[in-house]
Amino acid sequence: MADHIDVAQGLPANPEKATLEGKNKFLGMWVFLGGETVMFATFFGTFLGLRKGTVGGPTAEDLFSLPLVFIMTMILLTSSLTSVLGILAMKRNNFKTLRTCMLLTVLLGFGFVGFEVYEFYHYYHEGLGYTTSAFASSFYTLVGLHGCHVLFGLGWIITLLARYWNAGGVTLANAPKFYSASLYWHFIDVVWVFIFTVVYLLSVGGA
Amino acid sequence: MATATMTAKKEKSVLWDWLTTVDHKKLAILYLVAGTLFFVKAGVMALFIRIQLMIPENDFMTGQVFNELITMHGTIMLFLAVTPLIFGFMNFAIPLQIGARDVAFPFINALGFWIFFFGGLLLSVSWFFGGAPDAGWTAYVPLSTREFAGSGMDFYALGLQVSGFGTLISAINFIVTIINMRAPGMTMMRMPLFCWTGLVTSILIVFAFTPLAAGLALLMLDRIFSGQFFLPDMGGNAILWAHIFWIFGHPEVYILVLPAFGIISEVVPAFSHKRLFGYTAMVFATIVIAFLSFMVWVHHMFTIGIGPITNSVFALATMTIAVPTGIKIFNWLFTMWGGKLVFNTAMLCAASFVPTFVLGGITGVMLSMAPVDYLYHDTYFVVAHFHYIIVGGIVFGLLAGLYYWYPKMFGHKLNETLGKIMFWSLYIGFHLTFFIQHILGLIGMQRRVYTYLGGQGFDMMNLVSSIGSFVMGAAIVVLVINIVYSAYTSERITVRDPWDARTLEWSTPTPIPEYNFAQTPQVRSLDPWFYEKVHGDGTMKPAEPMGDIHMPNGSILPFMIGLGLFIWGFGMIMLNMDNPIIPPAIVIGVGFVITFGMMVLHSKEDHGYHIPVDEVKKIEKGVG
Amino acid sequence: MSDEMSKPFPKSAMTEDERYELKRETRIQVISFAFMIGLTIMSFLSVSTETIVTGFAIPFILLLGAVQFFLQLFYFMHLKDKDHGWPNTFFTTGLVLMTPMLIALILLLGVTKW
Ligand code: HEM
Ligand SMILES: [Cu+2]
Repeated sequence: MADHIDVAQGLPANPEKATLEGKNKFLGMWVFLGGETVMFATFFGTFLGLRKGTVGGPTAEDLFSLPLVFIMTMILLTSSLTSVLGILAMKRNNFKTLRTCMLLTVLLGFGFVGFEVYEFYHYYHEGLGYTTSAFASSFYTLVGLHGCHVLFGLGWIITLLARYWNAGGVTLANAPKFYSASLYWHFIDVVWVFIFTVVYLLSVGGA
Repeated sequence: MATATMTAKKEKSVLWDWLTTVDHKKLAILYLVAGTLFFVKAGVMALFIRIQLMIPENDFMTGQVFNELITMHGTIMLFLAVTPLIFGFMNFAIPLQIGARDVAFPFINALGFWIFFFGGLLLSVSWFFGGAPDAGWTAYVPLSTREFAGSGMDFYALGLQVSGFGTLISAINFIVTIINMRAPGMTMMRMPLFCWTGLVTSILIVFAFTPLAAGLALLMLDRIFSGQFFLPDMGGNAILWAHIFWIFGHPEVYILVLPAFGIISEVVPAFSHKRLFGYTAMVFATIVIAFLSFMVWVHHMFTIGIGPITNSVFALATMTIAVPTGIKIFNWLFTMWGGKLVFNTAMLCAASFVPTFVLGGITGVMLSMAPVDYLYHDTYFVVAHFHYIIVGGIVFGLLAGLYYWYPKMFGHKLNETLGKIMFWSLYIGFHLTFFIQHILGLIGMQRRVYTYLGGQGFDMMNLVSSIGSFVMGAAIVVLVINIVYSAYTSERITVRDPWDARTLEWSTPTPIPEYNFAQTPQVRSLDPWFYEKVHGDGTMKPAEPMGDIHMPNGSILPFMIGLGLFIWGFGMIMLNMDNPIIPPAIVIGVGFVITFGMMVLHSKEDHGYHIPVDEVKKIEKGVG
Repeated sequence: MSDEMSKPFPKSAMTEDERYELKRETRIQVISFAFMIGLTIMSFLSVSTETIVTGFAIPFILLLGAVQFFLQLFYFMHLKDKDHGWPNTFFTTGLVLMTPMLIALILLLGVTKW
């Protein structure tokens, strides 16, 4: 750990990696995300392997409504941008903007979850229960797991915001935390790119 | 410097100290104790299994109990005994070997232990709630689905899910520790081989335990929420589980064996008094093995009938693993070649590892030929194969590590006479038990049958195998006696380096102060401690001046999070119980709130405390 | 030292160069965001309009997905930066290891039923 931190000198250019703790968090987060990739790949594989198994129940073509998915995609992409802007503000020692951007991210995240809940509710009423078919189970599991990740990310960012709302500025202790949370948030977004491509578009496109 | 943060260390009660510790050396001991308890438990199960099979048509136990015992034996041995024992040694040795004061995430380290522990507990309480899991450690569907298996499989799915999560975060901690916390001069290619294998094993855990988590989630969803993944009538596919399980399962066997390779690569040079032969080749062999281990899982599924092309591809991939493994074998042999060999217990275990492991590897290559595997598959030949590797390889490796690091961990050596008695009885008992199982398998005895008819030529061999297992049991009893006996009679060790060894952990004083190194050492070569003994003045050069030492605070939160997950998991299982007394939703909710509540509490900043430089000097004088 | 960890800073220690770099960085991020939005719209359009044949649309959206994936990783998550060697290693390892597994599950379960 760097022995002396002279606050008067100003915030280092990359505050999230200025301390050994920060460097550790940064690398640890990436290793974790590497593992998450493989876990999601397993669920994607399950879905892709089982998606034809509708046994007479509703199929993907019957159900999926692209406009809804499009709106959800836009919301999540935008929330990723706001968290990028937040981190860039953090590097400039602009805590207020960081706060606002993260708050925006949270609001967009809730918007996304809201749409997802509506979507599931809708499909359920169209006759696609969790146990209807292997397609139904694997679809709900994959997309639902992503939804749980969104919820966990929201809980994380909200905790950080509540803890640091009045911290008065970016510090060497909170910068790595915001940075890790935003990495996690981007990862959720990356997974969604695959979900909308492979789960929705591919099925509707007739492959 | 900020004196305000030097929280005076209050005297803590012993129990509280162990529950809240984040010190890697203490966590190592916790891992060793927990792992040993689970090991003994699963070992007793093995003895029961062998008693049942000792004579034909035995009625010592029912088929149901037999199934529960083999399932729990395998599951506990792999997930709850060998894994924590390995983690115990990794926790103890890795920070010392790379010259670090602690691991990268002391809190996560403790968290990993407690989550693993509570996960193991969750699996173990299954005996009291309608019986243990009974579908084999591989939990193949449809045997393990809601249709055919009792509540034991719920405990399997959730217990392993929880303990696997603990293992995963511990692995992340090791990876970051090894990459970020190395002392100045300790480049990657100067790290002791145990650190390398620890790193690679941790990487394997990150990429193999995550598919397992996914698979267990599917099994849990099948059993508790009637997910339709595995039922062909509902569009599912039963082979899906086998794929996911072995995508995890084959890397898992290397997760277990690589650290044993690492221990052997420490012990053999130390007692040959020679540097490890072919260090670079060893490192690359480790990496290649790890990579290949993800490309061969279908060799467990040859007889499922996935088709000739798939089988051939995976058979070839499997055979290539023998190449890097062979490199390792030869390097150990060449390390011993011409060395000043000292055959104490540690070295005996390490040296005997080599031929035993070769036997296990050869049967592995035999099994990898898909056409003949139709003959071997699901017979005692496979049982003999993996026990040659797991007992003859991993257990002997772990014992070598135990005898080798024991003086550093506990301040005294284990008794050598008792050690040798243990070694020889274990070695003989082991071959008696398992060698004959090769033949049993070849003449047609299937595995996982709870009894057999007499007069098929199995009787004598099964008897011999059972007798061998009692000899092994006796050897473990000798080990336990040795631990107690040595604690009372062994002479205390005050020197740093009782074995005249080579790596950094032997440069620390015994007993090790909680901060490990008063001054971070400057590493100048591979085998840095040996280098300083030969080329320097026999002490490590410091890389920094004496100063205040920053230490993390202990915390009870890891224990509480583990407890929360236990309660949550138990609540999930209650959803399937006929008469749960308390509504499961409440239990789930309580577990959830405890787990996440503790995480929120943890978000409070805690910067630890400092040991002032005067006190460091005092401690150093005391132990120096 | 520990107290300083939680103290806010009166100013930023960035040099002029770093400040300029950060401005450029911001611009790049916003542009890549716009680009990603464009890619997304394209893939949705190529599926929802009848004019594009399926045989083309499917590989096309997969390609767009892959491009967007790399943009996200390398720009939003900074994998392109120099000090990201280890993260890069880990993430790439994850991708490499999941490939045979995905292929196996898709081909062995989804395409041919074994
Ligand atoms: C040269 C290296 C190895 C090769 C070629 C190899 C090959 C195989 C093959 C082909 C099987 C499947 C047999 C069957 O079910 O018909 C198998 C089973 C097994 N191997 Fe290995 N193996 C090797 C090393 C290891 C190692 C290092 C371990 C453990 C640390 C191990 C543990 C196991 C276990 C536990 C099973 C049985 C799983 C079960 O069905 O319950 N193997 N091995
Ligand atoms: Cu295998």
